[in-house]
Amino acid sequence: MPSPLVKARSTPVRDARPVAERTLSYVDAVREAADQEMSRDPAVLVFGLDVDDPKAIQGTTRGLLEKYGPERVFGTPLSEDAMTGAAIGMALAGLRPVHVHIRMDFLLLAMNQLVNVAAKSRYMYGGRVHVPLVVRSMIGKSWGQGAQHSQGLHGMFMHVPGIKVVAPSTPYDAKGCLAAAVRDNNPVLYVEHRLLHFQKGPVPESAYTVEPGTARITAVGEDVTIVGISYMQVECLRAAKYLEDVGIQAEVIDPIWLSPLDVDTIANSVERTGRLLVVDTAWTNCGAAAEIVARVAERLQGVRDLRLKRMGFAPTTCPTTPALEDLFYPTARTIASAARDLVEDGPTGWVPVERPDLQSIEFKGPF
Amino acid sequence: MRARLFRALYRIRRLEEEVARVYASDRIKSPVHLSIGQEAVSVGVCTALRPDDIVFGTYRGHALYLAKGGDLNAMVAELFGKATGCTMGKGGSMHLIDPEAGVMGMSAVVGTTIANAAGYAYALKLRRSDSVVVSFFGDGATEEGVFTETLNFAVLKHLPVLFVCENNGYAIHTHQTRRQGRADICAKAEAFGIPAERLDGNDVFGLLTRTQEVLKSVRAGGGPWFLEVSTYRWREHVGPGRDFQLGFRAEAECEPWIAADPVTRLASELSVGERAAIEAEVEEEIAAAFAFAEASPFPAPGELMTDIFQEEPDALAAR
Repeated sequence: MPSPLVKARSTPVRDARPVAERTLSYVDAVREAADQEMSRDPAVLVFGLDVDDPKAIQGTTRGLLEKYGPERVFGTPLSEDAMTGAAIGMALAGLRPVHVHIRMDFLLLAMNQLVNVAAKSRYMYGGRVHVPLVVRSMIGKSWGQGAQHSQGLHGMFMHVPGIKVVAPSTPYDAKGCLAAAVRDNNPVLYVEHRLLHFQKGPVPESAYTVEPGTARITAVGEDVTIVGISYMQVECLRAAKYLEDVGIQAEVIDPIWLSPLDVDTIANSVERTGRLLVVDTAWTNCGAAAEIVARVAERLQGVRDLRLKRMGFAPTTCPTTPALEDLFYPTARTIASAARDLVEDGPTGWVPVERPDLQSIEFKGPF
Repeated sequence: MRARLFRALYRIRRLEEEVARVYASDRIKSPVHLSIGQEAVSVGVCTALRPDDIVFGTYRGHALYLAKGGDLNAMVAELFGKATGCTMGKGGSMHLIDPEAGVMGMSAVVGTTIANAAGYAYALKLRRSDSVVVSFFGDGATEEGVFTETLNFAVLKHLPVLFVCENNGYAIHTHQTRRQGRADICAKAEAFGIPAERLDGNDVFGLLTRTQEVLKSVRAGGGPWFLEVSTYRWREHVGPGRDFQLGFRAEAECEPWIAADPVTRLASELSVGERAAIEAEVEEEIAAAFAFAEASPFPAPGELMTDIFQEEPDALAAR
């Protein structure tokens, strides 16, 4: 699947095979990457709340404890601050810890260690140390995740030099990005979306990496460029289908790595289309969408005429009731509507009638 | 041993006095949190350590850095902001490091390195090393969440880490009794199941001996230990001067600590000749370190953007 449209920046994507025949879930892709990296390098550890419990973080850590033992795979006390600090200490000692959080909201308890220590150690210690740390965290959505289980905080980390941010949306990239993150000698925030765990796709069996700074064109078009971050990539691809129905060819891009960002791939597309819509699974204020729009504007202002728009969470706290939660998020239909307005150069009032084949298939409760 | 301890104490004391003296000239390009009065804590504990043991400290870290064997020239150059500094002028006084000497970092945010020390100890244990980690922090750090979180983890995993609380009584200008409902730091450690005891920070021999005994247990896999060491900061929180004029503490409170100063006491216990020889050597070494710092270049402008990530410059090109 990825090969013809792969758009690697400077480091080519090292696909083990150009076309993978095996289909894997996102969950199994994450698990397989962790397994292969732990097998390859005895310095790799996986820990965090509940990584060794029967649910094994939706299955993403299943089997690791049995295979690698409790010293390399362990559940932690409910101490995000100290456990992040401990992970940094391990990394300073030459280990490669993967610290897992079942919700991104919990990272707020670890901001001192992540921002003040992990991101800065390499620089403030004059290049004498490095911190090969991976922090996995998940964004929740639907079935009442609410205020403190739904936040996409990746933009906060993009703000900080010294930490990389990746948000893969396919099983293929989930595996390749986790392997790249583990092998990277720097802190990497690895953003998962709970709904992406249900995705299935082709994944090569042998190990490969999707390197930092890699974006991917996932649908080719000439009329409008749509960048979809994390789970919103799925909604953007659906939106492109709605747009096809009205004769609009959208080019859809998955940035995959948010920091470092492959701005070339995005800007080159916008140079052709003249229109950019960035859809994030986060708020738009000072976020990833704002950053992408700003970089493209800086690159292309004066070069060609531009139409720019961001979409993301409504600028409020995430409610639990579906009656309001449905309004909180962009959907394929609202994305298509906004994209058409960009193409038509003004509000058309058009919202596509929902197609059964493009409905969001989300987790059905009870949770 | 007496001469060795005196040398270590005198070296730190004189180095910091020189820092204080030079500070007014503005050639030092970093805020300084002087250890004057507290040197014996670092010297007593670190003299019991092996070169391959690891320490983590705080922004008041000059004494720890030097006591553990950190490079003196690189430290002074760091205060001067020079390219030859231990972090090339990027970290300053509050982020001294010397991995070759086992000094693995210091933080300007109180309590932060306690958890880093525990993580490092976890790595040592995983590798079946018999090295240990010593985590130095102040009384204020015991109020941070990361302190209690880390104690719990250290006990849970039976880590080879010695916690050393350097209790100088004050967090900036606020006394411990105005910050802690129960001002008993050892009790906090004991509550987690960590053996803890309180030691006199002016008794450098006592600190050395007790640390040696405790480390036998820690090294042998006996799990973490905790020492609360009473000491006193003679100078102001940050900067070269004194702070009694602010009125938050009386100068009389400092007097018994000065009277019990181990630098003076050990000096008086050495022969005149031995003492003079050590003092002359140390003075020469310090003068050379300041000359080295003076003569060293500032980092080139291009250094602003190096060492953000471990690989360069590929990651930057993507931005």
